[in-house]
Amino acid sequence: MDLLTAYPVLKAAWVVWFFLLFGFILVWVLRPGRRHAYQAMADIPLQDAPPARPKRSL
Amino acid sequence: MRLAAGGGWRQDSYVDGPIRAMAVATIFWGIVGFLIGVVVASQLAFPLLNLDLEWTTFGRLRPLHTSAVIFAFGGNALLCTSLYVVQRTCRARLFGGEEMGWFLFAGYQFFIVMAAVGYLLGVTQGKEYAEPEWYVDLWLVVVWVSYLVAFGGTILRRAEPHIYVANWFFLAFIITVALLHIGNNVALPLTIGHAKSYGVASGVQDAMIQWWYGHNAVGFFLTAGFLGIMYYFIPKQAERPVYSYRLSIVHFWSLIFLYIWAGPHHLHYTALPDWAQTLGMVFSIMLWMPSWGGMINGLMTLSGAWDKLRTDPGLRFSVAAVGFYAMATFEGPVMSVKAVNALSHYTDWTIGHVHSGALGWNGFITFGALYWLVPRLWGKTELWSKKLADWHFWIATLGIVLYITAMWVSGIMQGLMWRSYDAMGFLQYSFVETVAAMHPYYVIRMLGGVLYLSGALLMAYNLWRTVRTAPAALPASQPVAAE
Repeated sequence: MDLLTAYPVLKAAWVVWFFLLFGFILVWVLRPGRRHAYQAMADIPLQDAPPARPKRSL
Repeated sequence: MRLAAGGGWRQDSYVDGPIRAMAVATIFWGIVGFLIGVVVASQLAFPLLNLDLEWTTFGRLRPLHTSAVIFAFGGNALLCTSLYVVQRTCRARLFGGEEMGWFLFAGYQFFIVMAAVGYLLGVTQGKEYAEPEWYVDLWLVVVWVSYLVAFGGTILRRAEPHIYVANWFFLAFIITVALLHIGNNVALPLTIGHAKSYGVASGVQDAMIQWWYGHNAVGFFLTAGFLGIMYYFIPKQAERPVYSYRLSIVHFWSLIFLYIWAGPHHLHYTALPDWAQTLGMVFSIMLWMPSWGGMINGLMTLSGAWDKLRTDPGLRFSVAAVGFYAMATFEGPVMSVKAVNALSHYTDWTIGHVHSGALGWNGFITFGALYWLVPRLWGKTELWSKKLADWHFWIATLGIVLYITAMWVSGIMQGLMWRSYDAMGFLQYSFVETVAAMHPYYVIRMLGGVLYLSGALLMAYNLWRTVRTAPAALPASQPVAAE
């Protein structure tokens, strides 16, 4: 199969791959049982903690 | 966080000096950009105001206005807020320290001045929103890659395990703008000592690359970057976490997946292949979902805190900004539909649409962030005058309403006049008749711009007094931030 004949297949495969990737992201993000973890992430801007000591100075 | 002498907010150990300078630059360039906007709007109503000088013609001042408001005002606002946010949410000092921050500040201002001088002298690539010539483009690459290194480096050295969603939006904005800027500016100068260059692409390919750049400048500079501001500053102002963190992640990925394909809607009914035009239209319509998902997330963050809108003018700006974001992102996909675009394209409707987004969304979310940020950056407890900020809000809102309603009427009228023809098949109106019909709306638009500029001047005065007022002079009963 040369590149010209493979092109339509690759084009369709690319669209399918993007759908699958996006679908996977949705499932991963929306899966149940993560309420507390997301709550902790959402609280990050509200915690005005001082900066951590850098491992090395720049 | 610890309290500064006199009870103000002050966070030590973060790199804040350059961020303060960027906040000042945001205000300065905002006023310059709005002022030039008023000048060019006045020129459209009264053409004699171009002064018959080549340097002050509409053609040279218009890119000066667009670049000043998008790249100088908006760019400094994004630099300022992103570097503030990434340090706080990662609990890490800026990668590269003070030196990096000052280089980004000075390097970016140099880019702005170089570009602006070029426009006035007639040095331009002739690409909308990408007017600077090759030597300015190359300098921006140096500054932008440094920005990516500083931002990315700060994320890599974070003490907070999770990367907060605002940083995802900021990072997407930085990476994509680098990609767009380089992709759209591949050009060869005549000689190394000559300002003029020619792009590698030509014809419809060049047009497609230009609008891939142009629309994604809207998508990633004016949308993703400013959504980063929304996701940090609205929770801070409302003192509540974002309504749904899950939704914010879905918002991010759907925006990233969809926006990059929407550019062809700028080239409807051109030599661009029909399938590409339809692709741009379909992806633009799909953008309704992330846009409105994000809008709902921003607004619902105020659940249980709506009363703060009465007392906090900064939050009022931020929330009104989200409202304008909703309106502009509803209108945009409608205008991308080919049948609607046949009427709207090349008319003032487009100008009204852009300004409902730029004045309402980008401007207001920036004002909201500045009203919150400036007192904190300078170790003050609160604004010098909330009343003045209230005036700013209502004057600016009235200005936007005048602007966009005038442009809707003018634009739709213009489109309808262009397509009218009589029973014999001749065009019913000459071009100059459409120009004369638009005159009253151009005057209303100019007044809207004057109001918006006046509001910004009030903000500049208010923030200057805030910075100059000693904390001790403020009432002792002011609340102070907790440790």
